[in-house]
Amino acid sequence: MGDVAAEALNAPGLLEQVAAVARRSVMRTIRQRALLVFPLLFPLILFAINGSALSAATRIPGFPPVSYRAFALAVPFMQGALFVAVTAGTDLARDIESGFFNRLALTPLRGGALLAGQLGGSIVVACVQSVVYLLVGVATGVGIASGVGGALVLLALSILISFGFAGVGTLLALRFGTGEAVQGFFPLLFVTLFLSSSSLPRNLIKVQWFHDVATYNPVSYLIEGVRSLVITGWDARALALGFGFAIALAVLSLGFAVAAMKNRLVRT
Amino acid sequence: MNMAGSGPSIEVDGLVREFRKGPRAVDGIDLAVSPGEIYGFLGPNGAGKSTTVLMLTTLLPPTSGRASVGGFDIVRQGSQVRASIGAALQEAALDSILTGREHLLLQATLQGVAKATRVRRTQELLERVGLTEAADRRVGGYSGGMKRRLDLALALVHGPRILFLDEPTTGLDLQSRTALWSEVSRLAHDEGMTVFLTTQYLEEADALADRVGIIDRGKIVAEDTPARLKAEIGNPTVEVVPADPSAADAFAEQLARFGVPIRNGRDSIGVQLPQGEAQLAEVIRALDQAGLRVASLHLHQPSLDDVFLAKTGRKLEGAAAENEPEAQPAARARGRRGR
Amino acid sequence: MFVARAVAWRSLHNTLVSPAILLPSIIFPLFFLAAFAGGLSKIADVPNFDYRPGYTAFQFVFVFMQSAAFGGVFTGFAVARDFDSGFARRLLLSAPRRSGIIAGYVTGSLARWLITGTIVTIAALIAGMHVDGGGVDLVGMLGLGILVNLGAALWACGVAMFLRTEQAGPLIQMPVFVIIFLAPVYVPLKLLTGWIHTVASLNPATVALEAARGLFAGSPEKVALAFALLAAGIALTTVWARRGLASAERAG
Repeated sequence: MGDVAAEALNAPGLLEQVAAVARRSVMRTIRQRALLVFPLLFPLILFAINGSALSAATRIPGFPPVSYRAFALAVPFMQGALFVAVTAGTDLARDIESGFFNRLALTPLRGGALLAGQLGGSIVVACVQSVVYLLVGVATGVGIASGVGGALVLLALSILISFGFAGVGTLLALRFGTGEAVQGFFPLLFVTLFLSSSSLPRNLIKVQWFHDVATYNPVSYLIEGVRSLVITGWDARALALGFGFAIALAVLSLGFAVAAMKNRLVRT
Repeated sequence: MNMAGSGPSIEVDGLVREFRKGPRAVDGIDLAVSPGEIYGFLGPNGAGKSTTVLMLTTLLPPTSGRASVGGFDIVRQGSQVRASIGAALQEAALDSILTGREHLLLQATLQGVAKATRVRRTQELLERVGLTEAADRRVGGYSGGMKRRLDLALALVHGPRILFLDEPTTGLDLQSRTALWSEVSRLAHDEGMTVFLTTQYLEEADALADRVGIIDRGKIVAEDTPARLKAEIGNPTVEVVPADPSAADAFAEQLARFGVPIRNGRDSIGVQLPQGEAQLAEVIRALDQAGLRVASLHLHQPSLDDVFLAKTGRKLEGAAAENEPEAQPAARARGRRGR
Repeated sequence: MFVARAVAWRSLHNTLVSPAILLPSIIFPLFFLAAFAGGLSKIADVPNFDYRPGYTAFQFVFVFMQSAAFGGVFTGFAVARDFDSGFARRLLLSAPRRSGIIAGYVTGSLARWLITGTIVTIAALIAGMHVDGGGVDLVGMLGLGILVNLGAALWACGVAMFLRTEQAGPLIQMPVFVIIFLAPVYVPLKLLTGWIHTVASLNPATVALEAARGLFAGSPEKVALAFALLAAGIALTTVWARRGLASAERAG
């Protein structure tokens, strides 16, 4: 046992730590099929319903000259990101509640490595979701105005958005420590999606307060960034705002999550 | 600071832990554990056992006082302490989605066990704790005993010299408990591992520990080998349950003729017999002459519970009920850390 | 009766003293009203959108009926929680007539929804909603809402009693959600096109929703059919709930 002990005093490298935690995170995601299937199906069901039920909206004067389905394709990407947030958060909260977090705290694992590794599973889910939504959209007749290159940029933007939201979920888990608290915030995240330009272009929102909220809501710009690649082509302003807000979300949420991790991972 | 490898494995000097609300969970404890010793930390729920373990394993900073584990200061040399210890804390803390083998490999990786050694070490530990057949099943399907064995294996993966076990057999059946005792005893006596074991079970402390520290309300009230602690009490105790609970005062008055009567929370009153079992007849006569009817009467030899009773005026069971609002320090500590 | 009364009282009491249960049941319908009526009000500019009371009223009726349906669904969550916690077993042991337990849960659901429905109505009126229906029309609309709530509650109770775990939540909720949203939510049936028009035309929820909208606008349509369909739905879900209860009894 002595030789094992001697080796163990040399802490593993950062990458090795991240890889070990990420491997666990991915394994957990793959083995809990409900966590993959429901976030995939629910947005697609809504996409199918709303894509058809709101097709009359295309007859509103000033509506972009595309099908409503093309207009609405951006929404599943956002809904998927919200599910990623909740899953990332509840997974980490479960570790805190069960004491597994303490087990990890007793190893040389760095807080940043734990955070990065935990988000590994979220990235896998985000990749799978984004590809599926895009394929379903294309299969149902939605043309991607920005072409194949635009589709790849769309996937990148969607994954970045999911990553940012996963940071939010992780922050909530570290701050509150229970799955119940994380899930309690889900409706709030859901509300931010509704109070945006998810259903109609901002210039067609008649009710002034709703228009104002949608204008100040960063989620509107995330949706519009994704949507621009589908219905417009290469819209520099929409992409700049979309990527800008996505990066800001990722930086802020992960920054706060790192601080919350320091507070949670109290070790002398 | 002790040089690692010489002096006590664990040394504690005036350790205190306060939480924002409520009394001190740990109120100035001193103890020393020699290398290769099994030290039993016995006390009711809420006494401060788990809080002490959290501090010694560096998961909770002390409010004041000092301690060293494996020769390293718990506050200033936390990472060295963690590298020297293994811990199986109050919750089994396992991931129900992973298999036993995956747990050990993950733990070995995070502890820095070399890649070449990990697989061999994992297999070795699985064999040692008797989980080879279940190794590739998800932990969610393990029994309580299997989970605790895996917990122990995880604590040993990096070959520590000091092992912390926080109530390791709570909730286990007798067979699982005995198996775990056997393994802990072997680790200490055959491999020279120092074991710091917290428990609320008298028989566990009695059976396993080389020395026992009894903690109540954050303070150590007694510390010695189980045999010497019991010998200190010496005399047998008679415990009487009045047929009419409202006559408890009258019973206490009669029993006061033999020693200091101690009320045991609910309906019984006990007293030590300074002249031993021979005084039992006198006690019965005294109660009878006073016209007091007895529901039941027990005579028992000193146990660690009697030691606790003598030191605190309460039985271990009654103490647990009283301390209940102060219980779950680990949960509170986790919650507070989020603020 | 007294079993039903006791269970209903508990259900209502637990909701009223627990903000975590009470607030979402009120806030969500208000939120949907704000989001749909506020965010989609331009839909009223679509040619042939001719709902006389306006788009706010159009969406109010949907939210009113939706809150009735989801109020019933949330009852199922409570029943499932009772099984998980063991409280349901206590009820089964102590109730002399166990069908009273179902009646109690369903009555509690209705009582809770009447509170939610009232608040949503007041909010819509404050937002300037026009009401074109008369007193009888509005009572008729309320009647439809009551039947929707009862039917959803019976469905949810049945699922919860069959599965006896909180993890039955999605199974309770999804079918109701899909049925509701395959009705003319955003525009009238005549403005739907494609597959959704076909599905919505066959969806019984469409009949109930359009009947309710008609009553609210003072031009009732297919009201008798709506009541008949909902009554049939309640008959079916009553059988379903009783079967669920029998399954729970057999499990012990």
